[in-house]
Amino acid sequence: MPVIKNGEIVDTPQGEIHTLGSFLETAPNDIEDARAVRLMPDDDPNALEPFLGEIEIIEISFPRYTDGRGYSQAQLLRRRLGYTGELRAVGDVLRDQLLFMVRSGFDAFEIEKPDAAERFAAAVKEMSVFYQPAADGEIGIFARRHA
Amino acid sequence: MYRYDEFDAQIVKERAAQFRGQVERRLSGDITEDQFKPLRLMNGVYLQLHAYMLRIAIPYGQLDSRKMRKLAHIARTYDKSYGHWTTRQNIQFNWVGLKDIPDVLDELAEVEMHAIQTSGNCIRNVTSDQFAGAAADEIEDPRPWCEIIRQWSTFHPEFSFLPRKFKFAVTGADTDRAAVRVHDIGLHMRRNDAGETGFEVIVGGGQGRTPHVGVTINPFVEKAKLLDYLEAIMRVYNRFGRRDNKYKARIKILVNETGAEEFTRLVEEEFAAQQSAEKITLPQAEVDRIEAYFEPPAFEDLPEVSDSFVKASADDEGFAHWAKTNVRAHKQPGYGMVTISCKPIGKPPGDVSDTQMEIAADLAEQYSFDDIRITHEQNMVLPHVKLDDLYAVYQALSKAGLATANYELISDIICCPGLDYCNLANARSIPVAQDLQNKFADIERQEDIGELKIKISGCINACGHHHVGHIGILGVDRKGEEFYQITFGGRSDELASIGQIAGPGLKQEDVPDALERVIEAYRDLRSKPSERFIDVLDRLGHEPFKEALYAGN
Repeated sequence: MPVIKNGEIVDTPQGEIHTLGSFLETAPNDIEDARAVRLMPDDDPNALEPFLGEIEIIEISFPRYTDGRGYSQAQLLRRRLGYTGELRAVGDVLRDQLLFMVRSGFDAFEIEKPDAAERFAAAVKEMSVFYQPAADGEIGIFARRHA
Repeated sequence: MYRYDEFDAQIVKERAAQFRGQVERRLSGDITEDQFKPLRLMNGVYLQLHAYMLRIAIPYGQLDSRKMRKLAHIARTYDKSYGHWTTRQNIQFNWVGLKDIPDVLDELAEVEMHAIQTSGNCIRNVTSDQFAGAAADEIEDPRPWCEIIRQWSTFHPEFSFLPRKFKFAVTGADTDRAAVRVHDIGLHMRRNDAGETGFEVIVGGGQGRTPHVGVTINPFVEKAKLLDYLEAIMRVYNRFGRRDNKYKARIKILVNETGAEEFTRLVEEEFAAQQSAEKITLPQAEVDRIEAYFEPPAFEDLPEVSDSFVKASADDEGFAHWAKTNVRAHKQPGYGMVTISCKPIGKPPGDVSDTQMEIAADLAEQYSFDDIRITHEQNMVLPHVKLDDLYAVYQALSKAGLATANYELISDIICCPGLDYCNLANARSIPVAQDLQNKFADIERQEDIGELKIKISGCINACGHHHVGHIGILGVDRKGEEFYQITFGGRSDELASIGQIAGPGLKQEDVPDALERVIEAYRDLRSKPSERFIDVLDRLGHEPFKEALYAGN
């Protein structure tokens, strides 16, 4: 499955991606073997807090695009818990959700389309100004008006 | 009213261009109707029984003449020359062609309007008191905070794919005309002991299949913390609200299943956990900037009594009836708040023609500081009219068929489009409203009955607010036949409650006579003419009215 990161298609490492349960069993003993974890929508990202400095990839699963819990998981990881590794959206990742994902702190996207890079590039430039401060570093219009 | 700056204008312009691209992809066959559905639902476009329907946002119900004339132009150019005010202070056009919608959005952007937040599982257009900034019982004008909430919630990165749609209402008056207790979040402005104004936060109200009156989770949130507090509520809902069943996905179900106390604890815990970097910086200069758009207009110093008004009332009986019913006291002496009824006897409630919109726009410009409101009860309001000008306004409205004297009376019915338009409906609702209006058309009889709110929905989704009608009417389909279930005792004001079902459903043709018996029972039972129907229900209970309802059987 192609992954778009920073706007380009990149190779994805072949290491094991843990479920949250298996990650929490493995990580305390063998962090080398626990660099990647996938969160399902009802997983609590706070459980990852002790290990965030060591994790390289957190995948957040969108079983259906209408299930927006992953946006809250991403915001928590980026803005509250300070996670700086790769945050990858997987599952039902559609063109018209990409901008919301970028703003919520995702930097990698699994997109099942041959022209994924073009779709991504077009989607993220459709809007250029935003009211809210967000995980992408945007300070928001309320603040920009008085900067 | 609020005016866009370059940021607001840019967002609306980019959104219109984005939607144009999405419509092009649909019309060229690049995407299917299934794939297009989530995109059009982000932009107020619904597929109805007969055609696409476009719902346009009217934030907190406020328009000026320029915007109203644009709506008239859209009605005439792209629809069948009329529009429909909704119970969320928006307007719907029922016959717009999909290919034309991008052009309509461009035209709307020219006058600082859009269709954002009118559909989809996002935070919807914020509603408010139609008399905001004019009412005498207001502790503060709620519109600046409605506008702040509008901006904060527009394309929110975290809260655009919620379990279900999410509705805010805000009021700044003691008397709640915005139904804040039956919204997902209701904000009621309050003054604390230190004299500062803030917000009572009410969560989990709503209608639909499982109606609830909202619960107060915080009696006073100060203004500077409001958006962060709202973010905490929204995050709890987004993470923990049910997604397994769309009929159990609203926040009212979460509050009810979790328990109000535990839900409140979750919100407070989330709010307390917010780091300083997560806080929304709303500079005081920004609050001041937005508040400045809602400064009171330049009222004249006028006497409380207008001689010309008194004389016209004496000379013209129709005017006297209209003024008594549709004009309410203004906070400024010498002015009145005028409700323009969009419920003429025998017409679909809330429908207005292009020419009626233009006349309302002219009157707003000439007589009401270019300010006109749409109400959740599907009427229009001229909020600031001099008593001296009322007769001229009345005469112009009369010529346009807009001077029905029935504000808050029995024929001022809230009604959803029902089976005549809507593909969710089980039964027709407009003909039921029309039958009742015809039955009680006599103005003196209506005045004698006094305030009585009838609300009609064509299905259990309750778009016609039947749960909070003093008398509610719900259309149900039983084996292919339409029946109407009657509820008593609902109300959406500061004493909000959900109506109780009186008994078995009635056939459509029996509804007017049955309700007439209820009304006659009320007239016999009231202690004095000023004791309203809802007051008698409170005092005596529902039994006498149930008996009257079924006495014809």
